Amino acid sequence: MKQQHFSPHSKMADMVAANYTLILVMPRLGIPLGFGEKCVQEVCDQCALPVDFVLMICNVYTFDDYLPDISGWQSEDVRRIIAYLQASHQYYINERLPHIERHLSHLAASAGGRYGAILKQFFADYNREVRDHFDCEERELFPLLQQSEALHRPLPRHFADNHSDLVDKMKDLTQIVYKYIPGENHAEELSELIFAIMQLSSDLEKHALIEERILLPYIARQERRLP
Amino acid sequence: MSSRHVLIVEPSDIIRTGLSAMLEEEFAVQTLTDVADLQLRLQVLQPDVLLLNPTLLSAPARLTLSVLQQSRPQMAVAALVYQYVEPQLLQAFHWQLDIRAPRNQVLQMLRDCCAADTAEADEAGSYELTDRESEVLLLVAQGCSSKEIADQLNISIHTVNTHRKNITRKTGIKSVAGLAVYAMLHGMVNCEL
Repeated sequence: MKQQHFSPHSKMADMVAANYTLILVMPRLGIPLGFGEKCVQEVCDQCALPVDFVLMICNVYTFDDYLPDISGWQSEDVRRIIAYLQASHQYYINERLPHIERHLSHLAASAGGRYGAILKQFFADYNREVRDHFDCEERELFPLLQQSEALHRPLPRHFADNHSDLVDKMKDLTQIVYKYIPGENHAEELSELIFAIMQLSSDLEKHALIEERILLPYIARQERRLP
Repeated sequence: MSSRHVLIVEPSDIIRTGLSAMLEEEFAVQTLTDVADLQLRLQVLQPDVLLLNPTLLSAPARLTLSVLQQSRPQMAVAALVYQYVEPQLLQAFHWQLDIRAPRNQVLQMLRDCCAADTAEADEAGSYELTDRESEVLLLVAQGCSSKEIADQLNISIHTVNTHRKNITRKTGIKSVAGLAVYAMLHGMVNCEL
């Protein structure tokens, strides 16, 4: 039943063919596109990235059932994941959220009236919430994780479960936009918006999964090992 | 009463075989290993309860619970859970059977499924909010807690939570902010923006 996951000898191009959203992940990993026929190992060597780490991220984004083996991890791996999460935060805040906001504004302008105003308000609130959340992680959680001594004392519990609401709201927005906003006059704008929201929504889900099911369990595991 | 039909859809031989052995003395059990042509099979096999491994619904099957439910509205659908399942996917299921549950609990849950399927027959297939659900939705959208809603409508908190579950199942919307938007778009509350 075990699915075949990507391996160091998988071709980069084959991975992208299997899951085209990896194209959005590569820049955050520091891998430029244009890898020709090279396999993951070769590209990682070229970019001075550890192949296990790159494979873990690509597998997480591609296979729903995939969870990496964290038993052999070092603090180096934690540092690398945090760097990736931070790059993702930047990507969401600087690219994806403004992109969605632009589409929403256009839509609000062309749809006029109620719909536009309500959606813009919802999204503005959401935007603020996401920024606060990332802010809090970057200011408090990540530094704590990065100090190696943090691994030797329990992590405050409140970091554990505050992602689901952010993911839920993005999904709710998808539902609202494609089910309840009439699309007769601005079909193109609407479909672009929906794709942008869906893409962000699934990216955020993987982002939350990396934090909640990989990073934090690893930290918890280290805690349990304490004398 | 003739025995109820349970259809198990589960790829693992061990789990499928074990579960059907456990259920067989009380239910008529049929099994499938995957979801291929499941809609058609539901119409042929006509199960009262569908026990489905929810991971089979994720891509690439592109099958959704509502599609399955529509092809047999009176059937109760339970998720068969023993691995990580995306919460969004799981919460769409009316029932969840944890594989680690003790035997009597498993049987009881299936009996409950069968009892409920007739009682909620028309409700399960419908995606329109009932009047009561609209009332609850409105209060949720205004920021009331389940406790406050229960007090205000004079119903138990358990009933409020059932309504909230049904609202989410029908609208696909989970967050309070999302439900507030739903209520505004449907003209259920006045918005001053």
